[in-house]
Amino acid sequence: MSAGPALVSILRQGDTLVASIHTALDDSEMIRFQNDLVHQIGEHRARGVIIDVAALDVLDSFGSRTLRTIAEMARLRGATTVIVGIQPDVAYAMVQLGMGRMGAHTALDLEEGLAYLSSMRNRRRRAAP
Amino acid sequence: MNEQKTEDGQDTVVALDGHQLLPQLVAHLREHRDPLRDEWASRIREAHLLEAMTPQEMAAETTSVYDNYVEVLETGSVEALQHYARDLSERIIPRGVETHEVVGIVLLLRDVLARSLFEKYQRDFPLLNRVLDAYEPAANRIANTVAVSFVEERERVITQQQDAIRELSTPVLPVRERLLILPIIGVLDSERARQLTEQLLRGIRTHRAKVVVIDITGAPDVDETVANHLVQTVDASRLMGASVIITGLSPTIAQTLVTIGVDLSKMNTIGDLQGGLEEAERLLGYRVTRTEADDAS
Repeated sequence: MSAGPALVSILRQGDTLVASIHTALDDSEMIRFQNDLVHQIGEHRARGVIIDVAALDVLDSFGSRTLRTIAEMARLRGATTVIVGIQPDVAYAMVQLGMGRMGAHTALDLEEGLAYLSSMRNRRRRAAP
Repeated sequence: MNEQKTEDGQDTVVALDGHQLLPQLVAHLREHRDPLRDEWASRIREAHLLEAMTPQEMAAETTSVYDNYVEVLETGSVEALQHYARDLSERIIPRGVETHEVVGIVLLLRDVLARSLFEKYQRDFPLLNRVLDAYEPAANRIANTVAVSFVEERERVITQQQDAIRELSTPVLPVRERLLILPIIGVLDSERARQLTEQLLRGIRTHRAKVVVIDITGAPDVDETVANHLVQTVDASRLMGASVIITGLSPTIAQTLVTIGVDLSKMNTIGDLQGGLEEAERLLGYRVTRTEADDAS
């Protein structure tokens, strides 16, 4: 499925997958990450995905488009995606480049992301008693 | 050095070259200091210059400007004058004295002194010519120095004030846990918008804010550029996981935005700051209740 050392760790926490990007990924690594993650969503029957980009000090247009694609694919496979840890400078650069809309929920950090997913879970539970 | 002899000692004067003329000239200006200064002061009054100053201040300033002026003529060193001019500017700029007034009074002094030299040497035209040759470059240099010092001082004050405004006008204020207010006061240009957004994003991270209320009551007018800056700020905040409420859109601004067709449909806007805070509290799950008033009425 993947070759070389993991540049991204994908951890399972209950029905949530937490993917942390540790270092800047080039385009092919980004694609590999996308495939791994979407594959694991099915494998673990995850309902929520958190992608932590706190270690990135730059996010190019391909990177943010891939994140958007992942969010959309995850949604089709039944999982909600939250992108967490976007740095102030990265956020500002992204809106400057017209990539201000991620197509996924964004949160300050991992903790906030988990809180958001659990509030979504509660809402679902209340909607379908 | 011509040896031409005329009556009553004028030969000595004629024999002087430019270097020796200036001391003589300075001596003359020192000797007639008071009448010349008064003449100058009355010319200033006639020209309606420096009206922001009281007569006493005028007298003091004209005396010291006069003395400085003559001293520079004597020594040829403009450094002392530069220092004095900067000092003077520092004192009179807050009083609303304009550049044209400062330049005006220095030029008036130059004219008054030139006129007096003219009067003194009018009988000997070649000598007058040489006196003016010595006087004019020095006088022009002085006028230049004073004007430049004044303008530099003014620019320094303006830069200082701009910095102060920039610092003051973008405070990011925490109101409650996880709730920030950003009041925007004054014109929002691209540079300020960038600075403001960066401060806000840093504030969001520091205070772990979930909701930000941006109040634009103090922004005089909002055009397309400003609106686009606001959209960017809102998007960037959302990327950091904070939602933004915009408050304080006046009817005029609302109309402008609708007319120019800026799409603010994705923005959460509320009429005034109070409403914005209430909405923010609702989003954060606060419920504000009033305690029983226990005043002894």
